[in-house]
Amino acid sequence: MLFKSTYNELLKIAYKPRSYIGLGGIVLIIAIILFAMKVDGMLYISLITGQFEQSLLFEGNILNGNLIAFIIIQMLIIHVPLLIAFVTGDLVSGESAMGTIRLLLTKPISRFTILLSKFFASCIYTFIVTLCLAFMSVVLGKLIFGTGDLMVLKSDGLVVFQENDINWRFFYAFMIAFLSLVTVATLALTLSCFSENSIGPIVSTMGIILLFTIIGSMDVPIFDSIRPYLFTTHMAAWRYFFDDPLNYTQIIYSIIILLSHIAVLLLIAFLKFSKKDILS
Amino acid sequence: MSETNKIVEVKNLVKNYGSFCAIENVSFDVHQNDVFGFLGPNGAGKSTTIRTILSLISSTSGEVNLFGLPLNENRNFILSKIGCIVEKPDFYKYLSAQKNLELFARISGKSITKSRINELIDFVGLSGREKDKVSGFSHGMKQRLGIAQTLLHDPELIILDEPTTGLDPQGIIDVRNLILQLKNEKNKTIIISSHILSEIELIANRMIIINKGKTIVQGDVADLLNHQEIIVQFKLDNVPKAIQILKQHSDYAKCEIKQEDTNLLIHTSLESISAINNLFCENKIGVSGIETKRKLEDYFLKLVNN
Repeated sequence: MLFKSTYNELLKIAYKPRSYIGLGGIVLIIAIILFAMKVDGMLYISLITGQFEQSLLFEGNILNGNLIAFIIIQMLIIHVPLLIAFVTGDLVSGESAMGTIRLLLTKPISRFTILLSKFFASCIYTFIVTLCLAFMSVVLGKLIFGTGDLMVLKSDGLVVFQENDINWRFFYAFMIAFLSLVTVATLALTLSCFSENSIGPIVSTMGIILLFTIIGSMDVPIFDSIRPYLFTTHMAAWRYFFDDPLNYTQIIYSIIILLSHIAVLLLIAFLKFSKKDILS
Repeated sequence: MSETNKIVEVKNLVKNYGSFCAIENVSFDVHQNDVFGFLGPNGAGKSTTIRTILSLISSTSGEVNLFGLPLNENRNFILSKIGCIVEKPDFYKYLSAQKNLELFARISGKSITKSRINELIDFVGLSGREKDKVSGFSHGMKQRLGIAQTLLHDPELIILDEPTTGLDPQGIIDVRNLILQLKNEKNKTIIISSHILSEIELIANRMIIINKGKTIVQGDVADLLNHQEIIVQFKLDNVPKAIQILKQHSDYAKCEIKQEDTNLLIHTSLESISAINNLFCENKIGVSGIETKRKLEDYFLKLVNN
């Protein structure tokens, strides 16, 4: 029954026009970035490399697909959660708003299974969005700009990764970015269980991300103790794969924090959804 | 009626929302092959009771048994034997009628073939529109699709909450005939709530009336109505004279009488109609029409207003 229900949920996502807004948004934004980089990319890069030109000599294709992909992920990891929440925040509340929740919950399938299937469907949707992001940034970036060494600007200097040392880093970076986005999807799904309309969970999810990001970026000692536990702090964990050497402890810690958030949010969602009186 | 024939058994059902009591000790049984009417004004607690039976809302206290089993412990098994429309027939409007039915068929707990879906689409008169998105459907078409969805898995118990709301007169007749067909030909048990009380009178054999969350009355429709007086409307050429005659007659002096233009409304029994008519004829009062107005509405309103 879980498989059939998950299939149903995927079907609903596939036929819902709003599901394509996220994917369309990613395609459009990346297309604009690629176009801008093609036209004025060197000027953009010189703003970054300018500070090192006194001491370093840059040779070869600096503005390559790898750098473009890195820039794109860095730019979009803030915006993609909105596109994810736009779909996953509607999975339960949308059914309440439409009235279909009454029909759905009178079928011989437990509420636990229904919510679990919605979670799996949101994971699959998030995976497709991540895949689209990866394809558009890495594959298309390399096709248009060619390949080459990746230059990453860090707070403590410039790190250059050799061309043959990059693909696996992107693979794992996207994997952990997927985990971050699943956390956002689960947050939106959980909030969706508390609402009877679609807008509330989407706005609330973005509000929470914004609040946590502000708390995380404020250099105030009072927030030092909670900052490491905020999921937003670990949404940039994909960047750890562009450290040399890799900080495995930090990566594992981020994964644990993100997984813990998913587990706790799912538990809250299950508790709420299983006791929810359907009054709509 | 034996215990085994009880399809639905509700005992002392209570549902509170904070300090507000939506249902207060409602108890009733629905037997096999009953068409059970569920009556009550808006806010009486009908939908709350129906939603409790369907496990859409939890009860504060009380017992709900279906097919002889407690609902809480056997939810999925019980729901696999029920088909329902709760309030409005809402569907995924971005999907076609056929896709909607396929989607619900998949989680109905039974193996439902495409030909069964097509058969039901045909049965409810939506052939040719099955590929259209539900967003373009009228309320009546959605109601028909709702009935098709209800029958998908050939349920033993059918619960229809306000099934004729928004339907045109032909649609209402079609739904009524369908319910009777399901009862008579397919031996289904049906619970139906409706605001169109005459509908219940025409199709239900048993009923319950609730108001403000409490049971007002329940039993066989025929028994409940037969024990009630009826209103007879005589169309007369001399109403004041007719009133005078009735007031002087020992049998009718205490009857409730009301004049409405050239009509005289008399609260009396079915057996008295011919005697009153004879009385008017003997006194040279022209009678141009007689109409009995005893309807469930009157009974319902009388009980609810009391």
